[in-house]
Amino acid sequence: MNQQNERLRRTMMFVPGNNPAMVKDAGIFGADSIMFDLEDAVAMTEKDAARYLVFEALQTIDYGNAELVVRINGLDTPYYENDIKAMVKAGIDVIRLPKVESAEMMHTLEKLVADAEKNFDREVGTTKLMAAIESAKGVVHANEIAAASKRMIGIALSAEDYTTDMKTHRYPDGQELLYARNVILHAARAAGIAAFDTVFTNMDDEAGFYRETELIHQLGFDGKSLVNPRQIAMVNKVYQPTKQEIEKAQNVIAAIEEARLKGSGVISMNGQMVDRPVVLRAQRVMNLANAANLVDAEGNYIEK
Amino acid sequence: MKNKINRNIPDEIMREQGYTGFDSVEFGNPDIQRVAPKVTATTGNSKVVASLAEVIEKTLHNGMTISFHHHFREGDYVFNQVMRLIIDNGYQNLTLAPSSLTNVMNDIVVEAIDKGVVTNITSSGMRGSLGDAVSHGALANPVIFRSHGNRARAIETGAIKIDVAFLGVPNADEMGNANGMDGKAAFGSLGYALMDAQYADKVVLITDSIKPYPNTPASIKQTQVDYVVEIDAVGNPDKIGSGATRFTKDPKELKIAKTVNDVIINSPYFKDGFSFQTGSGGAALAVTRFLRQAMLDKHIKASFALGGITKPTIDLLEEGLVAKVMDVQDFDKGAAESMHLNKNQQEIDASWYADPANKGAMVDKLDVAILSALELDTKFNVNVMSGSDGVIRGAIGGHQDAATAKLTIISAPLVRGRIATIVNDVTTVVTPGDSVDVVVTEVGIAINPKRQDLMTALRDLPGVPVYTIEELQQMAVQKVGTAKPLEFTDKVVALIEYRDGSLIDVIHEVKD
Repeated sequence: MNQQNERLRRTMMFVPGNNPAMVKDAGIFGADSIMFDLEDAVAMTEKDAARYLVFEALQTIDYGNAELVVRINGLDTPYYENDIKAMVKAGIDVIRLPKVESAEMMHTLEKLVADAEKNFDREVGTTKLMAAIESAKGVVHANEIAAASKRMIGIALSAEDYTTDMKTHRYPDGQELLYARNVILHAARAAGIAAFDTVFTNMDDEAGFYRETELIHQLGFDGKSLVNPRQIAMVNKVYQPTKQEIEKAQNVIAAIEEARLKGSGVISMNGQMVDRPVVLRAQRVMNLANAANLVDAEGNYIEK
Repeated sequence: MKNKINRNIPDEIMREQGYTGFDSVEFGNPDIQRVAPKVTATTGNSKVVASLAEVIEKTLHNGMTISFHHHFREGDYVFNQVMRLIIDNGYQNLTLAPSSLTNVMNDIVVEAIDKGVVTNITSSGMRGSLGDAVSHGALANPVIFRSHGNRARAIETGAIKIDVAFLGVPNADEMGNANGMDGKAAFGSLGYALMDAQYADKVVLITDSIKPYPNTPASIKQTQVDYVVEIDAVGNPDKIGSGATRFTKDPKELKIAKTVNDVIINSPYFKDGFSFQTGSGGAALAVTRFLRQAMLDKHIKASFALGGITKPTIDLLEEGLVAKVMDVQDFDKGAAESMHLNKNQQEIDASWYADPANKGAMVDKLDVAILSALELDTKFNVNVMSGSDGVIRGAIGGHQDAATAKLTIISAPLVRGRIATIVNDVTTVVTPGDSVDVVVTEVGIAINPKRQDLMTALRDLPGVPVYTIEELQQMAVQKVGTAKPLEFTDKVVALIEYRDGSLIDVIHEVKD
């Protein structure tokens, strides 16, 4: 029930692990999560260099409150195990495994992560995991993947590979992703973890980006993977609550406080009982409002 | 001696060149005696001479001071043609006093220095091979760098005495009436060249388009001109606007620009009738875009935009968000071409723009200036002149002048590549920290402690953390480490004047 402390994951910004300038500046854009990519963004010849660069950056650079994620190379590559060791040693928050198709793949990863934690004196269990689902098989097994480990914090749809696997491609209206999005979202919610939507790569199509972000916001996704820092403000804009939503949430929270002071187990507002879902939603709205700088220190709505 | 901001100025420089050390950004109200040019009266029908060679022979002697303007920027054809003839005809010991030196002028100036043709230079700045040569001691006498306003002041007081001004123009008539806004190589405002036209003993106009007499509007007038020479082409239209003007997609520049905008619109100066100067460069243009939206949202209009002008600023003029554009130079084609179409795009000379030693300059009325920096230090001093290797690679431009605005914002990344921008002590002080109010970086802002009023106005902006300048400097160190100190010899290769003509810093020869 402690939704107040739930981490916001509206934006997960991809940063190529072999680009020093981008790695250095990744913290300045206000992304909720920063995802250093050791996989597709990095050419074969630069795999080791990227791993070193991200490792050193994690030791050196202050990324503020952002959640730090690394996308490691897949299970079937020779880089997989070294990626895990280096990132666990560096104290990464979350390891994201690409092309996940079964719970077993997550179990394998979990074991190697736990070994690395022991090796490098990290507290066992502190390295979290997430899975990227990029195939029909992955979608079909989404439920077991989402529930594969206590370390899981989320699952993400990766639409480029998925649409290829489905013998289609991406369309502006996103109909081709309807099933996968809903399956992944349900799997995540059932497991109590976050759901991330896929990237949108055409930086010149701002309207298309907003259309897609509004859709996944409406469905209930926590947020979206992003390829460009300029998309962060756009996602945050879609996720920011309205003035009415904020005021309603504040009334709900005031009612909770009142009930607590009275020692009453029943929360009521305007004579009506407040249900638990209403409480949860109110807390989430205030989380988003605070993150979007829409309320001041006293909790007043800031008129723009 | 050490001047007021602790910069070491060799005593012999102070003595031999008769300088006082920089003391204050306040100019005060001194009485100033100006000089006037020598005029050779003419009553003829035409001032057109057949060739550049002929006009040089008529006007130039060894030891003279010659001047040019840099309004053609990287598309300049005039400078090289004139200097070629001067070098080939064996002139010696000249002082070169252009408004500034662009990259296309570098190689021929280096050659002129090598051959003893040019032995003194004063300019707004220099870069590339020329900056490199000067920083390695190519000239016996130090270069004198002056801001645009200070050059106007120095010309008016005779500190710069121009014997012959070679001024390229995109049009002129046979008597010397000319402007910068029409013709194949139009560049818009003639702002800097107007000083030369007014004060040089001999004024030579060089054009590729002789117009029917009388040619109007005339920015340079026949009363000022001695000779007119026609050549094939004065400039490359495609390169006149190159180099400075681009709209950024760089997320870091955009973030800085957005923060600059947040600072402006939350400052006490953002109200109806405010004025601003943005300069060129990607971040500056992005600021203009953000500012436009804020002006629309808050129903605020500006009384004027000042300085070097770009197309986005002209768009604000045409949209009615800015009442007047006070234009000393144009950074792009859009701004240059609009000058003869917009009666509210006023051409101003460098004195009107920024000269402290006159009866009032535009910068005195300026509310907000957004300026850049190569380096900025914990005393808020700004370097726009020497690079991280100590080599000259910049220009004062209007930096010192515009920095006297009521709100001076320096926008600069915390680090560039592996080099810190915010440092303990800048290599070269160009603009004193006393005239800087807010520093904007990608991680947050720092406010000059003497501006507690701004601290109050800006300290609680959402998404704009306020740090001390020392904290920003420490963050830069944390990112890139501490650089090894640069090494210089004792030889002074350049003097940095403040806009009042005092000496704010010197640049030494680099030791390789």
